[in-house]
Amino acid sequence: MLEKALSGSKLYWTWLIALLVVIAAGFGAYLVQYNKGLMITGMSRDVSWGFYIAQFTFLVGVAASAVMLVLPYYLHHYKTFGRITILGEFLAISAVIMCILFITVDLGKPSRILNVMLHPTPNSVLFWDMVVLNGYLIINLLAGWVTLEAERKNVPPPGWIKVIIYLSIPWAVSIHTVTAFLYAGLPGRGFWLTAIMAPRFLASAFAAGPAVLILLGYLVKKLTRFDAGKEAFETLAKIVCYAIILHIFFFLLEVFTVAYSAIPSHTSHLAYLYFGLHGHNMLVPWVWTALACGFTAIVLLVNPRTRQNPKILPFACVLVFICTWIDKGMAMIAGGFVPNPLHEITEYAPTALELMITFGVYATGILILTILYKVALGVKEEEEAV
Amino acid sequence: MGVDRRKFLKLAGVSAALGLGGATGFQLLRPGALDAAERMPTPYQMIFPKEQGNTDVMPNPKRLKGRRWGMVIDMRKLTPAKARAAIEACDYYHNVPQIPGKQNIKWIWTAPYINVFPETENPWADPEIKNAQFIVMCNHCNNPPCVRVCPTKATFQREDGIVMMDMHRCIGCRFCMAGCPYGSRSFNFRDPRPFIKKEYLDYPTRSKGVVEKCTFCAERLAVGKLPYCAEVSGGAMVFGDVDDAGSELRQLLRKRYSIRRKPNLGTDPQVFYLV
Repeated sequence: MLEKALSGSKLYWTWLIALLVVIAAGFGAYLVQYNKGLMITGMSRDVSWGFYIAQFTFLVGVAASAVMLVLPYYLHHYKTFGRITILGEFLAISAVIMCILFITVDLGKPSRILNVMLHPTPNSVLFWDMVVLNGYLIINLLAGWVTLEAERKNVPPPGWIKVIIYLSIPWAVSIHTVTAFLYAGLPGRGFWLTAIMAPRFLASAFAAGPAVLILLGYLVKKLTRFDAGKEAFETLAKIVCYAIILHIFFFLLEVFTVAYSAIPSHTSHLAYLYFGLHGHNMLVPWVWTALACGFTAIVLLVNPRTRQNPKILPFACVLVFICTWIDKGMAMIAGGFVPNPLHEITEYAPTALELMITFGVYATGILILTILYKVALGVKEEEEAV
Repeated sequence: MGVDRRKFLKLAGVSAALGLGGATGFQLLRPGALDAAERMPTPYQMIFPKEQGNTDVMPNPKRLKGRRWGMVIDMRKLTPAKARAAIEACDYYHNVPQIPGKQNIKWIWTAPYINVFPETENPWADPEIKNAQFIVMCNHCNNPPCVRVCPTKATFQREDGIVMMDMHRCIGCRFCMAGCPYGSRSFNFRDPRPFIKKEYLDYPTRSKGVVEKCTFCAERLAVGKLPYCAEVSGGAMVFGDVDDAGSELRQLLRKRYSIRRKPNLGTDPQVFYLV
């Protein structure tokens, strides 16, 4: 099926070349980092995780959100999603690959990455994250590829793949739960030490992922003859709507517990993010932007007239994306490290090289996504032509 | 014959590959026979049972033996000069690089009361205590979160309680830095060697990309000497066995009131401050 990715329009090839250029630039920046060490990043002794780990966290959510298509289709036989489930699975594959790449570029000794398997350590959440992420990658590769191949050959998919697909549902929940446990189990980090971390992660994931899918759906509709269908868009929009409401609701729950209990080791992080602490307020405009986007998106998505409007829906999805991306991709990680365990303040901002590497990883993921979508849509076009 | 030569060799090969010979096979058959001090072998150790190396080395007969090492820091005796001497000795003998800026490396340093003991603020406390510079270092917790989170066992706890680093196994994921509630760990964001003023040749330097911290001078204990900081602090820092009721450390803890950093987190830190 992969041969479908080898023929395309001029736009397709230009797009691939543009992505390759960004990847090359990112790789060049990574060579500098590999040579000089993580000193080229904005990270520090106090803020020891930065942009890479934040993007990883965000993308785990995007990957997990494939379940929002798989579950209604396979468990509830919701036929409308039948045609686009593959798009969700392929989005998950590219997102997981980006996650693994972000972890890799964050390592001080990337050449030793296999130590995680050579010395398996079940008491480390990172070990389990490795297990669930790689497992999720394999599950989605199998589920996506096998069902697509069956579709192409016009035969029903083999029975065993059903087992894999059902397994993918709890597995999707597991990847984001385990990722939340990376943070939520650390005794000295008040910002992360909260049982609602995993549900919050899942809620924002199920908002961000389907929002990305809607945007991709519109893009695909514009560029190819494939139309997911009005109903699919509307159902996805409802999912985004509920999920973004839950995301904001969970956030407010967190705010209540932190603010009303008023324990300094918990309040200080939220205070830093939303109001600044002792004059340090780098993230304040960002987090308020996220909140504003989130609330605006809720208004647009709750109202059926705006939600069903194909001109407004993509805009609302962009707002959801901005809201959840700032929340996880910027505030969640840095916010947990400021102030540090000695209540000292070191702020964090990514450097230009760090951003280049980040863009390189994103471009790699988008390249994989483009190729996978090209294959999937090629098969679907072929099938519809018959 | 039930087993011919060919079959026997095959079996032998398979069981050797699975590590079913020798001690491991014995332990698999009789799990209760495991040495009490030994942990259950991991699947990896079951397959490759010989993760040896150290066991064949004869320990130095002069080495200090303790069941749980700890440190008492007497704030009445700790003058700024003594603190400086301790820090300088540690930095020099461990090749701790002096890197300016926020990507620095610290094994042992000083900080004011309010930073060392946050959330125990008392605006009317003795200003002498409040303004004092406290020595901070790895607490060698009895229940160390850094060891719990490390995905490769590069940081591990010895039987005598010391939390150690294996610089050759560390992948530089920095999970331990997020896990440590005391900010005791530092990451080599760059090659540290150019920032070592004068290299002490009897202690290894580190490379970029690994995490490091205070080791309670494990290399000194192994040859029967006290940690550098304790040795040069003029009695302000007392190192000893917390499990030995007769040790000087325990006597001090009995006689004077001591506090620990963030005991509420359940890490059971083994560095005590006499105030």
